[in-house]
Amino acid sequence: MPPATAFHAAPLVALRGVGKAFPNGIRALAGLDLEVGSGEFVALLGPSGCGKSTALRIVAGLSEPTEGAVEWPHAATPAQRESRIGFVFQEPTLMPWASVFNNVALPLKLKDAGADKAAQRVDAALDRVGLLAFSRAYPRELSGGMRMRVSIARALVTEPQLLLMDEPFAALDEITRFKLNDDLLRMWQTLRTTVIFVTHSVFESVYLSSRVVVMAARPGRVFAELAVDAPYPRGQDFRTSPEYAAFCRRASEALSGAMAAGDEL
Amino acid sequence: MKARASAGERRDRRDRALRIGLPIVVLALGLAVWELVVLIKDIPPYVLPAPARILRTLVSDWALLSQSLLVTLTTTLEGFLLAAAGGVGLAVLFNQWRFLEYSLYPYAVILQVTPIVAIAPLLLIYLPQHAAVLTCAWIVAFFPVLANTTLGLHSVDRNLTDLFSLYGASRGQVLWRLKLPSALPYILGGLRIAGGLSLIGAVVAEIAAGSAGAGSGLAYRIAESGYRLNIPRMFAALLLLSLAGIVIFYLLSLINYLALRRWHESALAAES
Repeated sequence: MPPATAFHAAPLVALRGVGKAFPNGIRALAGLDLEVGSGEFVALLGPSGCGKSTALRIVAGLSEPTEGAVEWPHAATPAQRESRIGFVFQEPTLMPWASVFNNVALPLKLKDAGADKAAQRVDAALDRVGLLAFSRAYPRELSGGMRMRVSIARALVTEPQLLLMDEPFAALDEITRFKLNDDLLRMWQTLRTTVIFVTHSVFESVYLSSRVVVMAARPGRVFAELAVDAPYPRGQDFRTSPEYAAFCRRASEALSGAMAAGDEL
Repeated sequence: MKARASAGERRDRRDRALRIGLPIVVLALGLAVWELVVLIKDIPPYVLPAPARILRTLVSDWALLSQSLLVTLTTTLEGFLLAAAGGVGLAVLFNQWRFLEYSLYPYAVILQVTPIVAIAPLLLIYLPQHAAVLTCAWIVAFFPVLANTTLGLHSVDRNLTDLFSLYGASRGQVLWRLKLPSALPYILGGLRIAGGLSLIGAVVAEIAAGSAGAGSGLAYRIAESGYRLNIPRMFAALLLLSLAGIVIFYLLSLINYLALRRWHESALAAES
């Protein structure tokens, strides 16, 4: 299957025939092919257990594939790759003992960036998620949505080329989720970063992404791809448009097909 | 809404007053009964001294007892600091080099489960007295620090570990910025236990050394006063030991609270 979006250059990252078998014999992924081009917003959509989080961890280098390879055509060394990735987990994953400022500063401190420049970048990142006023607060003092914003600010503070997000808004209420969806799209457009966004929500995947990759389970693989070629910026108008509904229906059908192919669950 | 909040506040304040007041009432009642029984039954002080007599002894023997208190507290503090350093240090070494943990951990357990009263006389044979007393305090106190720190170093959030490896953190950075802060509540819990235990260790060693005669700590005073049937002084020394234990416990609790109040569940107020 050809990629739904055409690129004029090599992809930013490509998974080639990636497979992952865990020591307990479970095959989480098999023959996964995925190319992600610079500037894309790709959603990985699939039922739970289809290996979408595993795929994301493999892209991040947190997990090694047992078959196939991850290619970074533009980055020669692992260190170069590291500096290109930001990761947002399902939970905010903040250090409870550190202030918001110090949490966001962590990636820079681990790289021994100069203190002055680091402080500016942290402030900029916090400003981007609207939490500059809370830089001295501790995570415990924030709401779930605010913690997730801190987590996003931390992922963006290194200005990564590739932002990996693993069901980041799954635990939030719908109002907060819609708000964060809009903020994320805004940041994506200003920063021109590339995003791979794992979700099990059809509506979220269509609303956010320029391409939905539907995965099937047992073993995890790409089942279908759907280009969402609606223009950005998207907002409330898009969310209520017939066009959006049509995309959602198609994604929903693909997901049903994927679940049937992933068989008896 | 406001009225309900203030009713809740009033209930809280009454609850706090009761928590402080009731133990004091119990103490006063107990002392009064004790004093009366001794008075009515005319019990001689070498059998059971009355509370007032014990207090008077505390004042009259203060020069001697305060000297002994200082000796015991010094030993306790030294033992505690060694236990803290040794417990945390060993736990970090074990965490960084697994083969070291496998080689030594069983012996740390053996040291812990063997009753210190049985080890103390041996230590007194092989070590100078001060060193022996200190070693006793250390043996008793270091294990809870070691065990708690080990547990804490293993209780790091998996996602945070991933995050650190994603940003290429070195082993030192992971230890210093992730593992030790994660373990801090556990370490402080271990230290709180160790504070009381190092006092126990010091006392046990002093008692064991008592017959050697060179000691001058509070426990030695208790043993010595026992031989001389100076029972009021025994009680006075015991009272000082209890007070020392209480002060140590609350000091460590305070440190615990100050270190964790901003972020750890254990130190947070019910709900603001």
